[in-house]
Amino acid sequence: MKRYSAFAIFREALRQHQGWTEAWPSPEPRDRYDVVIVGAGGHGLATAYYLGKNHGITNVAVIDKGWLGGGNTGRNTTIIRSNYLQDPSAAIYEKSRSLYETLSQDLNYNIMFSPRGVMMLAQTEHEKRGYLRTERANALQGVDTRFIGPAEVKKLVPIINLDGPRYPVLGALWQARAGTARHDAVAWGYARACSAMGMHVIEQCAVTGVESAGGQVTAVNTTRGTIGCGKLGIVVAGHSGKLADMAGFRLPVESVALQALVSEPIKPCIDVVVMANTVHGYMSQSDKGEMVIGGGADGYNNYTQRGSWHHIEETVRALCETFPMISRLKMLRQWGGIVDMTGDRSPIISKTPLEGCFINCGWGTGGFKAIPGSGWAMAELMAKGNAPLADAFSMYRFREGRFIDESVAAGVAH
Amino acid sequence: MSRRLASGGRLIDRARPLKFTFNDQHMSGFAGDTLASAMLGRGQVLAGRSFKYHRPRGVVASGAEEPNALVGLGKGERFEPNQRTTTTELFDGLSATSQNHWPSLEFDLLAANNLVPQFLTAGFYYKTFLRPRAFWKHVYEPIIRRSAGLGRAPDAESRDPDRYELVYGFADVLVIGGGVAGLQAALAAGRAGARVMLWEQTAHWGGRAPVDGVEIDGQPADSWIKSAVEALEGMENVSLRLRCMGAGVHDHGYVLGNERVADHLPGASGPRQRLWRVRADRVITATGAIERPLSFAGNDLPGVMLASAVRDYVVNWAVSPGRTVVVTNNDDAYRTAIALKEAGEDVPVIADARDEATGALPQKARDLGIRIMTGTGVQKVKGGKTVTGVALCRIDSDGSTHTEVLDCDAVAMSGGWSPVVHLWSHCGGKLIWDDAQAFFRPDPDRPPLGHDGAGFVACAGAASGALGAGDGLADAHAAGAAAARDTGATGDAGHPARAEAPEEAPLRQVWIMPARAGYALRMKMWLDFQNDVKVSDVQLAAREGYHSVEHTKRYTTLGMATDQGKLSNINGLAVLSDALDQPIPATGTTTFRPPYTPITLGAISGEAKGDLFQPLRRTPMHDWHAANGVHWEPVGQWRRPFAYLRAGEDVHQSVNREVLNARSNIGLLDASTLGKILVSGPDAGRFLDMLYTNMMSTLRPGKCRYGLMCNENGFLMDDGVVARLDEQSFLVHTTSGGADHIHGWMEDWLQCEWWDWKVHTVNLTEQFAQIAVVGPKARALLERLGGMDLSREALPFMGWAEGTLGGVRARVFRISFSGELSFEVAVPAAQGRAFWDMLLHQGRDLGVMPYGTEALHILRAEKGFIMIGDETDGTVIPQDLNLNWAISKKKDDFLGKRGMERVAMTDPDRWKLVGLETLDGSVLPHGALAVVEGVNANGQAQTEGRVTSSYYSATLGRGIAMALVRRGPDRMGEVLRFAGAHDARIEARIVDPVLHDKDGEKLHG
Ligand SMILES: Cc1cc2nc3c(=O)[nH]c(=O)nc-3n(C[C@H](O)[C@H](O)[C@H](O)COP(=O)(O)OP(=O)(O)OC[C@H]3O[C@@H](n4cnc5c(N)ncnc54)[C@H](O)[C@@H]3O)c2cc1C
Repeated sequence: MKRYSAFAIFREALRQHQGWTEAWPSPEPRDRYDVVIVGAGGHGLATAYYLGKNHGITNVAVIDKGWLGGGNTGRNTTIIRSNYLQDPSAAIYEKSRSLYETLSQDLNYNIMFSPRGVMMLAQTEHEKRGYLRTERANALQGVDTRFIGPAEVKKLVPIINLDGPRYPVLGALWQARAGTARHDAVAWGYARACSAMGMHVIEQCAVTGVESAGGQVTAVNTTRGTIGCGKLGIVVAGHSGKLADMAGFRLPVESVALQALVSEPIKPCIDVVVMANTVHGYMSQSDKGEMVIGGGADGYNNYTQRGSWHHIEETVRALCETFPMISRLKMLRQWGGIVDMTGDRSPIISKTPLEGCFINCGWGTGGFKAIPGSGWAMAELMAKGNAPLADAFSMYRFREGRFIDESVAAGVAH
Repeated sequence: MSRRLASGGRLIDRARPLKFTFNDQHMSGFAGDTLASAMLGRGQVLAGRSFKYHRPRGVVASGAEEPNALVGLGKGERFEPNQRTTTTELFDGLSATSQNHWPSLEFDLLAANNLVPQFLTAGFYYKTFLRPRAFWKHVYEPIIRRSAGLGRAPDAESRDPDRYELVYGFADVLVIGGGVAGLQAALAAGRAGARVMLWEQTAHWGGRAPVDGVEIDGQPADSWIKSAVEALEGMENVSLRLRCMGAGVHDHGYVLGNERVADHLPGASGPRQRLWRVRADRVITATGAIERPLSFAGNDLPGVMLASAVRDYVVNWAVSPGRTVVVTNNDDAYRTAIALKEAGEDVPVIADARDEATGALPQKARDLGIRIMTGTGVQKVKGGKTVTGVALCRIDSDGSTHTEVLDCDAVAMSGGWSPVVHLWSHCGGKLIWDDAQAFFRPDPDRPPLGHDGAGFVACAGAASGALGAGDGLADAHAAGAAAARDTGATGDAGHPARAEAPEEAPLRQVWIMPARAGYALRMKMWLDFQNDVKVSDVQLAAREGYHSVEHTKRYTTLGMATDQGKLSNINGLAVLSDALDQPIPATGTTTFRPPYTPITLGAISGEAKGDLFQPLRRTPMHDWHAANGVHWEPVGQWRRPFAYLRAGEDVHQSVNREVLNARSNIGLLDASTLGKILVSGPDAGRFLDMLYTNMMSTLRPGKCRYGLMCNENGFLMDDGVVARLDEQSFLVHTTSGGADHIHGWMEDWLQCEWWDWKVHTVNLTEQFAQIAVVGPKARALLERLGGMDLSREALPFMGWAEGTLGGVRARVFRISFSGELSFEVAVPAAQGRAFWDMLLHQGRDLGVMPYGTEALHILRAEKGFIMIGDETDGTVIPQDLNLNWAISKKKDDFLGKRGMERVAMTDPDRWKLVGLETLDGSVLPHGALAVVEGVNANGQAQTEGRVTSSYYSATLGRGIAMALVRRGPDRMGEVLRFAGAHDARIEARIVDPVLHDKDGEKLHG
């Protein structure tokens, strides 16, 4: 792997950039790998990366039916925070956030982690009490958050309207070290680092079946032939139900489309991420200058990655109310991504009924922030058979009733 | 030098000059001008700066596809960034400012980026700015943010003064695009009898045909268009709308249109824009085609324009860019040379990439004396901030030498045309590559599918790939007639009009110019003018493995600018395909996303802002509260009194006074927000038995029962009192916040699961005013009103009665959420205020006093009653709250029963409800956690309990709290340590949560 640096750019500039090589090559699949990961989204690639980096397992293939990062990893609104309420969530999201802090340097790829701060507005007394509760929980979990008053909110976000006639801003839960990152770069950076360890990242290769012998996984069938594997990791977000079906088990997961949009780019006017859960919308400004806006998921199950309309109206309305100055900006583009929702809105990182087959899914509307932490935990689980960060997220918790319910604290879980 | 011609201009009215300013310079144009034509008419070619490198930018197109000429429009609260001058109709007093430069448009220091173009390749930022780590946040990112973004942000406190309307519409056939194809399709569908809507995004019908000199049915296009529009206007089943852009096509024929009602009439009364949401059975997109630029060095200089745009400016607005060199790979661009020449302008040469140019159009150009050079392309464009000349070269060369250098003011380029397939693609319509015409066009065999499996979008005219007017009209007629037929129209669609236009020879596919250009030229060939993406960038992306078209797009930002790649996409794809050595269809396109052109966010919100953002729900007593010192608390869309402040009191003092008064005299609570759902029918009892954990079917008429509702997982979600009205009907009381949700929940089960049960539900919440009359003297007060026997014997605890109280029809429920003797009285909403006033009046000497929600909370907490949302949070089962008594053991099933049986739910270690007493009498912080020594496997502090409610009790004179604690009820008397602010620990003893009237004497009083 050619190292990236200002110097490398300088050197290449002198020879018309002819010396750059592929960030990740596109190899032909081998017959067998020690580990096959299905799904080259952020979570799948991060799993592979930490298998290599932390556990020395590098005979690994990550395969994807489309282009890598083309699922939700390349469609999300990139909010990264860890001020979750429940202990297991706070643990894995905080691990993830802290890995994000150094990820650009780890991967030698600028993923543009921008710890600009995330605030979640309290707009009813009930919501305020909920955030005070989260603040107290976070203090004991080692997550640095603070409940701030309206004046401080206004100082951080000059464009906010504190006195909306319906839902005045009573304060906000503020995580200063939270922020955003460049979503594509996360996938590309991991893919490049995986390839550099000798792993195969194989695109345009859909898994169509899972083979097993004696209750143990042995191979996957793909559109590019059968590929043997010692262990199998299924990390396909919205398509988890389908893959689980191939592997012979069922998942408590539903797939729905989540909507997002961006405005045309303007000069910087909001430096932090603001989430307004009562009115259901959130907004930040990308480095390009676009307002990145998201809100609700469609109310029906669906596999088409298309934008639908009614949520856009509600979300935009909520944000025009919260930030009246955006009213004359324009929506440039809307889209949807298929998110995998579990019953308690928390993820699954788990062994499965099929020996050697592991699953990582259920990140739903909020898994971009979890990519490094989830990969870390999943790799440990696959390598060692257990991982403290993943413990509580077993898929069997639904059978046992051990929910990790985050909807308690926030309506929108991004 | 661009300027206004002395005559001509089919769209302008020279009798009506209009004044406007650009960067505070006074200019004038004519009615009918766009801002772009007016600026060009004044010689203002430089319009803005590009996104990344702040390169000088001038207008390149004449319509919605314009990527360059974006300005800030208007002032103050009406300021709007990133407006395309090409689609902005000129009005008197318009003020525009250029964007994205510092300090000025002419002299932009940020353009210094241009000095080192060889370093600023695609995605260079992914490879650098890595160290030192803290610099990204504090140095690099702020610099990047400031130089990116285009227009200025509106002021932080600015409030959009304009109104926007949301409307619904319905159509059998919606035709989008009012060029001749759209008109023809609408004529066919309209004549056949379908309900037709026709939208055109500009202010004029007819599209390109009049500019291109087409003749239809033997008359000039303009007159055919006029009569077509008149015919359509004469049809009752057809509605036409100008300035209405088809923005998005969604599932099931749901189409969005953005109508710019008064953008050109600022300050006019009525809405500024209207957002149409139309359900159409069939959609016809007659959205035309967009010309493609050619990729040659310096093609981004102001003065380099699309050939069709140059023609538009000459013919429509009598604006000429000056001495113009035409560069083309097709016949169509000859029309531009001819139009210029006929307007008396100088066209020194037409450089045609093809080896020969022999068709009718080239011949006409020759006849006009224009020099044609075949096999020729542009080596590079010369100039600084505008074009000053062009060097030509052999098209097949490497461009190292030129054949000729010419002085000129402008270059008109044409790389062929691409159908506008956006709306077709939004909902899944597929494309095929047409190699002869070098474009993607809709594949009629793979349209977007509707609910019935049939295609519901069709394309007409140039949008379907029929570029010639003749083919286009026939195609459009067929589409209109077919769509009408699909929707059941049976009338005669008539015949298509016939168009005459000269035959055109095929184009030559030219993706970069010259064909073998070296790196130095390729790094000056712009693909995406706004985002500064060049041919060399796409080639670099390909080299670095960003092979998927989506990867290339995201890596280079090709097509991600405000025009969403309308000009750049196909050229970019072609360059990428060439770099990957694969055919263009193997590369494919990126996804087309709505909206077609950007829509104002205000228009999406419509009227729903400020007071109209969401409804404010008022109880019948709302105005009384407002007039009596209320401190409001928003509860959903309701406003409820938190407390009533008297002179000199703070909120806490008011609350304490209200609590004490309710305990000693009489408190009145406006409980009207409480959910009231009537559940009736033969299966009502059976239904409620499924909904509630306890048995409701056994309740006798005249009685009330408290019940719990859980979700399927067994978690408690609502509670309340059910009153049986008669054999078949129950009145279900829910929490205030739960009313709508629980009603929806009931309907969900009734409609989706138990659809055969005979149950009917109605949400009566707003039909009744409900008042809790609470306290030892409550009965005395109600008896004073007279009309009902409310004695202990006649109306015992948990009974209800109907009658007339003080002359008002009332239902009286003998229930209590405070632990006091208490009656809840429901009266018709219209009489609520009168009844409230009566209670206040009659009870004055008894010490009657309203109390708010905070006192309500404290009263119930003193009594150990749970509150949904405080003691519950979606993870708590009734057993956690020691409410096992309310869970029926007799019923086979109820919602949540199975969920509660799971192992984790029966775990003895669960956190359960207790009361708490701080050792020092202080009030515990809400949500505080009880900590134990040590950390868990993830290094987090261990906890064993959490405060769910915490108040100062005026009754007891100290803090009281409820909490969920591990094995709590087994640990009475134990002292727990709660984490307070910073590292403080607060000690509290576990006690019985019931602190008031433990024996229930008052309650039953
Ligand atoms: C609109 C939107 C906004 C969001 N906003 C945020 C946010 O602000 N913050 C946040 O933290 N999270 C957010 N999320 C959630 C986040 O995007 C996801 O949780 C996360 O990206 C999931 O990553 P993944 O790797 O699990 O899935 P994906 O990125 O979807 O990857 C799954 C991959 O599996 C592949 N695949 C599927 N089936 C097969 C098969 N049969 N064979 C081979 N490969 C297959 C797919 O092609 C895909 O590439 C948002 C999501 C959406 C849709």
